[in-house]
Amino acid sequence: MMNLSRSVALISLFLLPLLSFSFSVDNPTDRRVLVLLDDLSLKSSHSIFFSTLKSRGFDLDFKLADDSKLALQRYGQYLYDGLIIFAPSTERFGGALDSKSIADFVDSGRDLILSADTSASDLIRGIALECGVDFDEDSSAMVIDHSSFSLSDGDHTLIAADDLVKSDVILGKTKIEAPVLFRGVAHSLNPTNNLVLKVLSASPSAYSANPSSKLSSPPQLTGSAISLVSVMQARNNARVVISGSLQLFSDRLFRSGVQKAGSPNKYEKSGNEQFATELSKWVFHERGHLKAGSLVHHRVGETDEPAIYRIKDDLEFSVEILEWSGRSWEPYVADDLQVQFYMMSPYVLKTLSTDKKGMFHTSFKVPDVYGVFQFKVEYEKLGYTTLSLSKQIPVRPYRHNEYERFIPTAYPYYGACFTTMAGFFVFSFVYLYHK
Amino acid sequence: MGGKQDQTANGSSKSESMGAKKASPDLLNSSFSFKSLKLKTKQQELLLRVSILGLVYVLAFIARLFSVLRYESMIHEFDPYFNYRTTLFLTEKGFYEFWNWFDSESWYPLGRIIGGTLYPGLMVTAALIYWTLRFLRFFVHIREVCVLTAPFFASNTTIVAYFFGKEIWDTGAGLVAAALIAICPGYISRSVAGSYDNEAVAIFALLLTFYLFVKAVKTGSLSWALGSAFGYFYMVSAWGGYVFIINLVPLYVLVLLITGRYSMRLYVAYNCMYILGMLLAMQIRFVGFQHVQSGEHMGAMGVFLLMQVFYFLDWVKYQLNDTKLFQTFLRITVTSAILVGGIALGVGTASGYISPWTGRFYSLLDPTYAKDHIPIIASVSEHQPTAWSSFMFDYHILLFLFPAGLYFCFKRLSDATIFIVMYGLTSLYFAGVMVRLILVATPAVCLISAIAVSATVKNLTSLLRTKQKVPQTGSTKGVGSSKSSSKVTLDQSQPFQKNGAIALLVGVFYLLSRYAIHCTWVTSEAYSSPSIVLAARGAHGNRIIFDDYREAYYWLRQNTPTDAKVMSWWDYGYQITAMGNRTVIVDNNTWNNTHIATVGRAMSSYEDEAYDIMRSLDVNYVLVVFGGVTGYSSDDINKFLWMVRIGGGVYPVIKEPDYLVNGEFRVDKGASPKMLNCLMYKLCYYRFGELVTEYGKPTGYDRARGVEIGNKDIKLEHLEEAYTTSNWIVRIYRVKPPTNRL
Repeated sequence: MMNLSRSVALISLFLLPLLSFSFSVDNPTDRRVLVLLDDLSLKSSHSIFFSTLKSRGFDLDFKLADDSKLALQRYGQYLYDGLIIFAPSTERFGGALDSKSIADFVDSGRDLILSADTSASDLIRGIALECGVDFDEDSSAMVIDHSSFSLSDGDHTLIAADDLVKSDVILGKTKIEAPVLFRGVAHSLNPTNNLVLKVLSASPSAYSANPSSKLSSPPQLTGSAISLVSVMQARNNARVVISGSLQLFSDRLFRSGVQKAGSPNKYEKSGNEQFATELSKWVFHERGHLKAGSLVHHRVGETDEPAIYRIKDDLEFSVEILEWSGRSWEPYVADDLQVQFYMMSPYVLKTLSTDKKGMFHTSFKVPDVYGVFQFKVEYEKLGYTTLSLSKQIPVRPYRHNEYERFIPTAYPYYGACFTTMAGFFVFSFVYLYHK
Repeated sequence: MGGKQDQTANGSSKSESMGAKKASPDLLNSSFSFKSLKLKTKQQELLLRVSILGLVYVLAFIARLFSVLRYESMIHEFDPYFNYRTTLFLTEKGFYEFWNWFDSESWYPLGRIIGGTLYPGLMVTAALIYWTLRFLRFFVHIREVCVLTAPFFASNTTIVAYFFGKEIWDTGAGLVAAALIAICPGYISRSVAGSYDNEAVAIFALLLTFYLFVKAVKTGSLSWALGSAFGYFYMVSAWGGYVFIINLVPLYVLVLLITGRYSMRLYVAYNCMYILGMLLAMQIRFVGFQHVQSGEHMGAMGVFLLMQVFYFLDWVKYQLNDTKLFQTFLRITVTSAILVGGIALGVGTASGYISPWTGRFYSLLDPTYAKDHIPIIASVSEHQPTAWSSFMFDYHILLFLFPAGLYFCFKRLSDATIFIVMYGLTSLYFAGVMVRLILVATPAVCLISAIAVSATVKNLTSLLRTKQKVPQTGSTKGVGSSKSSSKVTLDQSQPFQKNGAIALLVGVFYLLSRYAIHCTWVTSEAYSSPSIVLAARGAHGNRIIFDDYREAYYWLRQNTPTDAKVMSWWDYGYQITAMGNRTVIVDNNTWNNTHIATVGRAMSSYEDEAYDIMRSLDVNYVLVVFGGVTGYSSDDINKFLWMVRIGGGVYPVIKEPDYLVNGEFRVDKGASPKMLNCLMYKLCYYRFGELVTEYGKPTGYDRARGVEIGNKDIKLEHLEEAYTTSNWIVRIYRVKPPTNRL
């Protein structure tokens, strides 16, 4: 046993440099994923989900959540690029793992899929709370919907949800036709957190309550305020998926047919597989990841970047933005990218035009205001990584000899001045020498 | 050079009397040794005068070196650091770059056009001295030049004071004036080595301008008036106090006109000085068109026009030869001139062409103005009204000699004495309004006091001498001396005259020696502190040096990114840019009240509100000055109410009563909740609750205010402590980026 662990350590030591190449700024897709499970049987009950991940080249490392050797990092280096927590009932992780180290993992730019379920533990709720998601406090509560449940089961807790976020980036270009089957706990989003958003929302008739007991007071979470699956993209572009149902990822629901109550459409297969697969592509940065080159600016007709601009200079501005396709960097094409010339408020706001090769251009005149300006590109588009680029540049006023030397309207004054001088000279001459 | 020629030419009439009388006791003793050299009395007198002046010149310089000896050759206080930084820039980049310098490191993100918002006289002077020294192969550092500029110009001022004194009274008064001004604390306070501020050269320029103008009025010579115009130009280029000249000189001219002392000499002197001085002053970018557009300069222009009317009337009177006709003409002309002038002024002001008086000017005329309207002016300690004690402190015996000198001036009224009387009285009024203007009054007080000393001593010595020699001799010449000699003859009937004179002389010399002792003491103890390095006496009488400011600024310089923005109260802005080389939000050039108010608002808000303000200004570091550990009382907590007032002046959400308890400013348990949780309180007292500052006192005992602080458990959310200096005087905090997941 000792020998084995030593050899594993040795191998991983050799592999470490190799592995660390796999996840970087230039290659943002995760490769090494740690899967934490309650029970190893989940490995087989959710095998389709895991095998799609494996087939896309992910290196999954299954561990029990209470494994005493759990560690996310060794010698200050993270061992994994992504983390899947399918352990809703775990009260304590084994090893050195706790909710803080998971938060640190996300803060280091790595990704997380977290799935809770009914009777989710405080630990899981705590991690979700760190990401701006509040699960229903009642641990026995489930999402119940009496109008949009799945007819296949007849159980009103098996929701057939079709209120998906409209984003090709998060859920792929192919529309998910069949409803997504969901059985689990409801959550709401922290209203002060604007990084988290609902991907799968409950219908307006849903509510969160304990299905086995009689409802004595109005439920706290109702209608479309209930989120079933949410995503959060942190400021450092780490992505997190939080689902209220572990079953959503299970083989059983993947394979199950679905007919939503009150709807004539019957589907052979639920939308779960497509939904889970596309969502995992997004969360592991196979899609919607942008990269920007540096902001380039110079005066019209020059190529070098000046250290300072003068007011009313004409300048050209460009920035290169590339999108990660999962394998390579492709030019990003959009018509809604804007640049601000900013000093406490934007003085110039211009939409950049693209050459379809990834370069975005514009040109404008520096305003007639001096100060320390910034070129700012703030690009926040649903599903895409946030681009927040800025570059400082001072703008100076005219130098004393850069103004017009002679103003045409002032010629009468120049004339008056010189005539007076000439007149005075003549006068002095006459006064002194005439007589 | 012109002055020296004049000194020998003009001095000839009085030098005999002076040499024979004022310095007679010394001269009699020393004349034995001089006899062998066969010097004539006149030559002896000249030699004596030159050597006295030389000694005074050296004395003025070395008296100001206490600060270098006590501490080191360093720049003092706040504003001098800006001057030093700009001088450095000037010597490195040249005049063109300096003149057009746009500084993006201060007033972030607005920036400051330094070339257009400073008085370049001081920097150019220091740079010229520096370049001259380098040309002469003295490879000094520019800092040494800057440190010693003020003493050097103080020495030059003594020479000007001598000539000025000679001009208004006689050489004796000139010598006494030079000696008095050399060590007068009122002047030394602003001109010790290291006090590299505009005033250092401005007082020299001020006195020079006045001297040359008085000389021009006396002689009616165009060249003196031209010299005075150039003196004025130098003054304008050096200090904003030039407004005093451009108002005092017309006032003086007006008084001469009213008292019937109008003359062609005055006409020439004033017109030449005003026109040329105005044209020259317009070359300074910071002044620009103010001479024709600002309300503060309109008086000079009005007097200029009045002069023309006066001259014109004089000419008409000469032509008409008819008193009655002239009277009507006079009435019509004067009324229409006043009418036209009034209309022009009214239209100019209403259309906005002529700007109204500035707040500083108002607060000079009305001491209570700033308190009610402009807190930013009132907040500066040197803008406070002067206490009586500081008059005593800065003038000592001059305070008593001043009225005596006025008496002598009135007794021998001339154009020159009228000028010095007016200068003395107006500047003394302003000195009462603002502490810092004691400086402007000092030369006048010294000159008038010198007249008192010189005249008294001369009278007394002549009394002694006439008793020795034959009474009522013709050896005494001049108006003043003939008067004194006539007094002598009258007083001959009184007994003990000689003894009385001796007693009085001894008294005068006793007073003067007390003055010298007082000045030396004040200079060494009070006015030689650089205030950037603090000194205190330890328990065993040893000196403890607190060098926390420089420690903090060097930390900023070494440990922060070069484009980091530092937020602090504006007092420390110049020092941070000069020593820390980092961008600041506000600094001592208080040109944008709103920006300062924004910083004041951030300091007096709760942390999360302040965080939004700091984010909007891209602040990376916050610097506060805290004296709770050392007992240093001029720290940010004691300045805090001004931040609240200035912040509240622009943003009414900040209300002063929120920070007070029953009108009282407290930091202990009884303090208001807003006070205990505002950013400034938190930053100053962060972790202070764990500290024992004084034996036998609880933890968190603030020594500057002598109380135990009210909030010992301070948690910072958006900021983190980056650096605290060894004596906790300067504390620097880093502004954290927004949280990753929220």
